[in-house]
Amino acid sequence: MRMFHVKQFNVIIVGGGHAGCEAAAVSARMGAKTALVTLKKDTLGAMSCNPAIGGLGKGHLVREIDAFDGIMGVAADYAGIQFRLLNRSKGPAVQGPRTQADRKRYRHAIQDILYGLPNLEIIEGEVADFIQAGSAISGVKLADGTEIAASSVILTAGTFLNGIIHVGDTRTSGGRVGELPSVRLAQKLAEFGFARGRLKTGTPPRLDGKTIAWDQLEKQTGDEQPTMLSFLSDAPVAPQVSCGITETNARTHEIVRSNLSRSAMYGGHIEGVGPRYCPSIEDKVVRFAEKDSHQIFLEPEGIDDDTVYPNGISTSLPAEVQEAYIRSIVGLENTVILQPGYAIEYDYFDPRGLTPTLSVKGFSGLYFAGQINGTTGYEEAAAQGLVAGVNAAALALGREQIIFSRTDSYIGVMIDDLTLRGVTEPYRMFTSRAEYRLVLRADNADQRLTPKALAVGCVGEARRRSFGKKSELLQQYKSLLNAVTYTPKQIADAGFKVRQDGARRSGFAVLSQLDGSLAEVAQQLPDLPVMPEEFLTQIWRESLYANYSDRQAVEAMRLKRDEETQIPEDFDYVGLPGLSRELCLKLTAQRPISIAQAGRIEGMTPSALVLILSRIKSGAVKRHAL
Amino acid sequence: MIRVSGNRAHEALAMMADVPKARQASLRRLYWQGVLLDEALVLVFEAGASFTGEASVELQVHGGQAVVAAVLGALSEIEGLRLAEAGEFTRRALENGCLDLTQVEGLADLIDAETEAQRVQSLRVLSGAIGQKVESWRRDLIRAAALLEATIDFADEDVPVDVMPEVRALLDGLSTRLKAEAEGAKIAERIREGFEAAIVGKPNVGKSTLLNAFVGRKAAITSEIAGTTRDVIEVRMDVDGLAVTFLDTAGLRETDDQIEALGVNLAIKRANAADMRIFLMDGAEDVSSLKPQEGDLIVLGKADTMEDDVVRQFEYRVSGLTGDGVSSLLAAVSQTLSLRSAGAGTLTRERHRAAIGGAILALDSALDELQKSFAVVELAAEELRVASRALEVLLGRIDVETLLGEIFASFCIGK
Repeated sequence: MRMFHVKQFNVIIVGGGHAGCEAAAVSARMGAKTALVTLKKDTLGAMSCNPAIGGLGKGHLVREIDAFDGIMGVAADYAGIQFRLLNRSKGPAVQGPRTQADRKRYRHAIQDILYGLPNLEIIEGEVADFIQAGSAISGVKLADGTEIAASSVILTAGTFLNGIIHVGDTRTSGGRVGELPSVRLAQKLAEFGFARGRLKTGTPPRLDGKTIAWDQLEKQTGDEQPTMLSFLSDAPVAPQVSCGITETNARTHEIVRSNLSRSAMYGGHIEGVGPRYCPSIEDKVVRFAEKDSHQIFLEPEGIDDDTVYPNGISTSLPAEVQEAYIRSIVGLENTVILQPGYAIEYDYFDPRGLTPTLSVKGFSGLYFAGQINGTTGYEEAAAQGLVAGVNAAALALGREQIIFSRTDSYIGVMIDDLTLRGVTEPYRMFTSRAEYRLVLRADNADQRLTPKALAVGCVGEARRRSFGKKSELLQQYKSLLNAVTYTPKQIADAGFKVRQDGARRSGFAVLSQLDGSLAEVAQQLPDLPVMPEEFLTQIWRESLYANYSDRQAVEAMRLKRDEETQIPEDFDYVGLPGLSRELCLKLTAQRPISIAQAGRIEGMTPSALVLILSRIKSGAVKRHAL
Repeated sequence: MIRVSGNRAHEALAMMADVPKARQASLRRLYWQGVLLDEALVLVFEAGASFTGEASVELQVHGGQAVVAAVLGALSEIEGLRLAEAGEFTRRALENGCLDLTQVEGLADLIDAETEAQRVQSLRVLSGAIGQKVESWRRDLIRAAALLEATIDFADEDVPVDVMPEVRALLDGLSTRLKAEAEGAKIAERIREGFEAAIVGKPNVGKSTLLNAFVGRKAAITSEIAGTTRDVIEVRMDVDGLAVTFLDTAGLRETDDQIEALGVNLAIKRANAADMRIFLMDGAEDVSSLKPQEGDLIVLGKADTMEDDVVRQFEYRVSGLTGDGVSSLLAAVSQTLSLRSAGAGTLTRERHRAAIGGAILALDSALDELQKSFAVVELAAEELRVASRALEVLLGRIDVETLLGEIFASFCIGK
């Protein structure tokens, strides 16, 4: 006889990838009794693709997660073995911090943090079903029959739903190499009737670093002054390493070309859509036939790990072809493949079925986060985990939902893109997706979001103190700079070129307007308030975009107002006089949640918005009258 | 009626006329940079007491398209002012709680009809020759923006290092073409609203007689007494498919008669503002107070009464009385104006003109930024965003997916 013991939690997270870990951590930080159910405790915090965190757009996401006292940035800094600030030569708005991360250290860091959280219990098991009463989800059932109850459940199944791994024409079921897919859960979800799609992604073969001729290769080292991912970190703690750079050649391409029919992707074995920004070596050779070489970055996976990740040559060719083309490359002539590259196909659910809290429309207490929503990347997954985690905990604890906006964060941009537009390829963050890019910078993520996080109640004591101190000083130094002013003559006397227009300029304005480096300005301009370099630099960044941020602020305010005008979920477009049939169909299908979302629907007209708005207002008035 | 709404409405009016008391209809002359645009009935509303609920101004101008266009043109030159979108005032009124809701629902049909009209208009714009031109602008703008974004978002990828020469060339070309279009748009407006041709000359050279000969009817009073035409007489007619308004003006001479002097001044002013002038001469000497401009016609009047050696000095000669030379003069007028309309832009509406104006500003700012030795590329990219938003009414939406599509098609992205 089996005993069924029902455990009671506030929030359950299904899946222990980057989305699941971040969701579990934030839920526990908010004080919700949280359970994280994973197939294997050991793989919590595993990086299954390339061993790096951050980058352009992605670095912004990590900083925003960090501003919420999240765990990704801290773990990445602990594991970082090579820090580089991308776009160093461009302006701060488009710079993205990135680090190569030691796989093992990253996993350990994540696990240490999670095991140290008092409200979090980690449970090993396979979730096979939900406990539900009608459309309300109230827990999960494990494959062994155990039932776990909670007010909210977050599903972060990654690539495990109907995952199929392809190497050449060999296909196996799995979520990662060597791990089983979640077939039963996929079946259960299929019964719910969510709109589904199929995506694919590729990985390169993993190489044995001991068999690479490093001395023949160009090296890429980290920055001399590392930029950390977390606002709490000062400097790297792990030993720092270099990456190698090599490239494919005509012979490599010839080998790939003559074996195209044996590739899973080109042999017609794969139906899923792959990302355009991450083409396989097969794709590169076919689509960019005129290029006779492609760069490969050889990224060490860890300090005491000889595995090397060759970034730029993901593939689904048979193992022996992979070996042949690898050995055609300079420096890799004798290289041994530790694990062949593979393509993985998996199910995702149309994210247009989600609300901006990532809860599933039509259900209460069910949230989806991560790759299951059609995204790719650790950072995108973790950011969704944060959103779902914060909101699942808020729901369970009876607090108000927390919405991220396009105007306050990259997270808001991503959530809005996903829930309104859906995906046609795995969704990845780019800085160009953020229309308020000049304001939403990686450097000011804490100033933008930590106040919000404090209000939500997910910020620990250490972060609260350091943020409070930094903000106070920043404010103080900024007012000092605003208080001092210069005539054009004073500026010219200090050796800078400036228009002699008679207009006095504040110390704040001068920082970015003069044709000299910040250091020169600080040194030569008389009476400039003295302050630590990091603060001067931060204020300079603001000064650089000041003109634009005023303009963007006006726009953002308008958008914010439209976002705040919510459209009820049961809004009836059919009965709206004067609305065209086409728009009526689109609106009914997409169910925008706010006037802002409705306005971004293709073909939307200003007058149709007025109609919707008038109906909302009249509805509000009627309800009020009752 | 033209309505200006928002917190700068009163400020804007102050730049054109004395601001009257709130809620008191007052007659005001509207000036823009010293030029009289119109005399209008002006109503000023304070915030909280207007249709939209915001501070606003209503200008009831004379109905003519030219007047409305001139006032709109002036207003859109004021910083912070732009043309309202369809239904925008209604929407603001609604948002500010200043509109009875049943009223709005009743407006629905009307609004929809407006939108439909707008849609048809934009379809017309996007088809045919105009469509091709607009399509090439779109292509160049997308390409330039995509190149900039590629260097930003894929800095660690295999994208060409220096795309700036191509970006600069694209933006330069686009800006030049838009400026030409903006110039052309003014002429296009003339085609729709008609050209003006002023007949000028000394008193009693037969200006009114010529006008009458043009129209074939007595539109102007003619007499033997010099200085008969003191006001400006306008006759609108169709000349080979072009709408032309001929202006018969007072004869140009020094005079002590106050009223005639006013007529002469008005004649000079109107003649200068006209699209072309027909100088009617009674001999070879100049009309000192008015100088011919390029494209103007110099014509010998009363040719039937002139000596042969005088007649031979003129390419055009007419006799209003006998009708000799009138049709060849009309042909010359038609030819002159047709030449101008051939260079006309294809975009006629004020909204399009404003869109192009805004885009030119943004493109030039982007170019300025890229010209600097330490260009901040994301600022240039921001200006391109502004430009594509401004041109959205013409080019359709250019969003990040459009740019990513261009980037992935052009470059092998993907480590």
